[in-house]
Formats: sequence, structure tokens, C-alpha cells
Amino acid sequence: MLDSLFPNGTLPYLLGGVMIGLGTAIIYIGTAIPAGASTFLESTLSYVSDRPRFARYHDSRGWRLVFSAGIVLGAAGYTLASGEWAWTTAVQPWRLAIGGALVGVGTRLGKGCTSGHGVCGLGSGSRTSLTNVATFVLVAVGTAQLVAALGVTP
Amino acid sequence: MTERHPLFLPAIFVGGLVFGAGLALSRMARPEVVLDFLQFDDLGLLLVMAGAAGVTGLTVVGATRLGGAAPLTGQSYGRRLKPFDRDVLTGGIVFGVGWGLSGICPGAAYASLGVGNLPILWAIGGMFVGAYLHGWLRDIARRARPTGARDPPDRATRGER
Repeated sequence: MLDSLFPNGTLPYLLGGVMIGLGTAIIYIGTAIPAGASTFLESTLSYVSDRPRFARYHDSRGWRLVFSAGIVLGAAGYTLASGEWAWTTAVQPWRLAIGGALVGVGTRLGKGCTSGHGVCGLGSGSRTSLTNVATFVLVAVGTAQLVAALGVTP
Repeated sequence: MTERHPLFLPAIFVGGLVFGAGLALSRMARPEVVLDFLQFDDLGLLLVMAGAAGVTGLTVVGATRLGGAAPLTGQSYGRRLKPFDRDVLTGGIVFGVGWGLSGICPGAAYASLGVGNLPILWAIGGMFVGAYLHGWLRDIARRARPTGARDPPDRATRGER
């Protein structure tokens, strides 16, 4: 039963999840900021665009850049140590690009993503976040199943 | 405005390092693993979310109970809940289509770049395009409003500097 639900084991998922939580906990305890990953997209655009919408991120764009650099380097460090570095995806570029663009619009419109709503929001017992997460998980399940049913792999 | 604490950025960086290592360990930096979850072939993502939200939840509840203010910002602990409106639903739907199509979300995409997965730049590029597109549309909508009502400030920045 457990093998069919989790064919690749459970421990890496659990430990990885706990580490993701510890990362947000370090930042929260130090700063009281519930850190999300997706505002970085807009705050970084404020370096190159004068658009009024991005101007409100001038104050936070520096630390958001540092947070994202930490995520990149933390993942690099872990996979270099484990010998999994330079893994590349086989998912086709058009799926990544179009899916990425929709993720970019959706996270900004919906005020958060898997970390802001999923980790911080659910962890805070936010009903707004629960609604957002339930919506995007259901829609994503439908989308992924439809794409697979249409014979697109991977 | 007071000066920013010298350990503010180092704490953010260390938090990011642990966060990114966790994303790599949990294999969420691999779109294939997320797509496997969405097709019910491997439910590991549920454990990742439970672990991450669980630890975060305990931290938020614990810090809020103890009270006081964060040492590096002077900002008081407490839940900062985002207001609900129709955009939360619409955004969730658009995000869900994108996530289901690509198998990648923002934090996992940055981690994936760290893994050396260069094709993920397609997704990161797409996310920037999407975020720009949203900002552009939002500015047009704002200008169309008679009162010129402004977007609320970035809540995470309050009292930070």
C-alpha cells in the first residue's frame, strides 16, 4: 500500500519538507517576515522597469534577491554533496516556458505561490491561503492529467 | 527609519540556503516529481508540504505565543493574513494551469537552477514574463479607476528598515 503511494520512499520528502520549514523558520524568528519565493519576480523587475506596480517593492527587493540566491546556492550545495548535481529535466521547453508564464501571472494575481500560500499561509492557518492552495492543486491535477492523456510526455 | 540590523541579510541568506537544500533533498526541484504527484503516481509532495507547513506553523504559533519582536527587524510576531478577494481564486486557477503544465513553481525553479538544471531557465524566463504582464495589466486597470486608488504596500516590508 505504502509502496504504491510512495514508490520512491517517504524519508527524503519528509526531511526535505522539514528543511524547507526550517528555512522559513530561521527567517521568521529573525525578522518576523513570512518569506515567499514569488514576490522576488516582481521585486527584481523593479530594478529594470519603472512600472508603478513594481515600485512598491523597492524596499524589499534587496533581501528578496539574497533569499533567492540562498535558495539557488543551497540546492547547489546539497546536490554537489550528494552527487546529483547537473541533473536536467526532460520536460519539454514549451511546457516550461508557457507553464512558467502562467505561474508568473497566477502567483502575482493570487498573492502568493506554493511557498507564500502553501508553506507560510497554511502554516499560519490562513483561510485565504487554504482556498488558493486547494484551487491551484485541483486545477493542476486536472491540467497534468489532461496533458498526459493527450499523449504529451514528458 | 532606523538602520537595518547587520545580521538581517545574513539571516535571510542562511534561511534561503536551508530552504533551497530542502527543495533539492525533497526533489521538488524536479518538474518530473511534481508531475508524478499531480498524476497520483507518487504522493511524496504531500509529505513535503506537510513537513514544511508543519514546522512553519509551529514556529509562527510559538513565536506569537511568546510575544515580543523579532531581533533583526523589531517587527512583532503574529499571523499576517492576506485578504481574500476574487483574485485569490482567479490567480489560483491560472497558477494551477501553469503548475500542472510545467511541474514547477517559483521557489523550486530557483532551486532547480542551483541543481544545474539549465533548461529550467525557460520556466524562470516565463515567470518573469508572466509577472511583468500582470504588472502591466494591473497598472492599466489602476489608471482606469477614477480615484486612482493605489495598490497596498508590500506587507512584508513593514518596519523592516
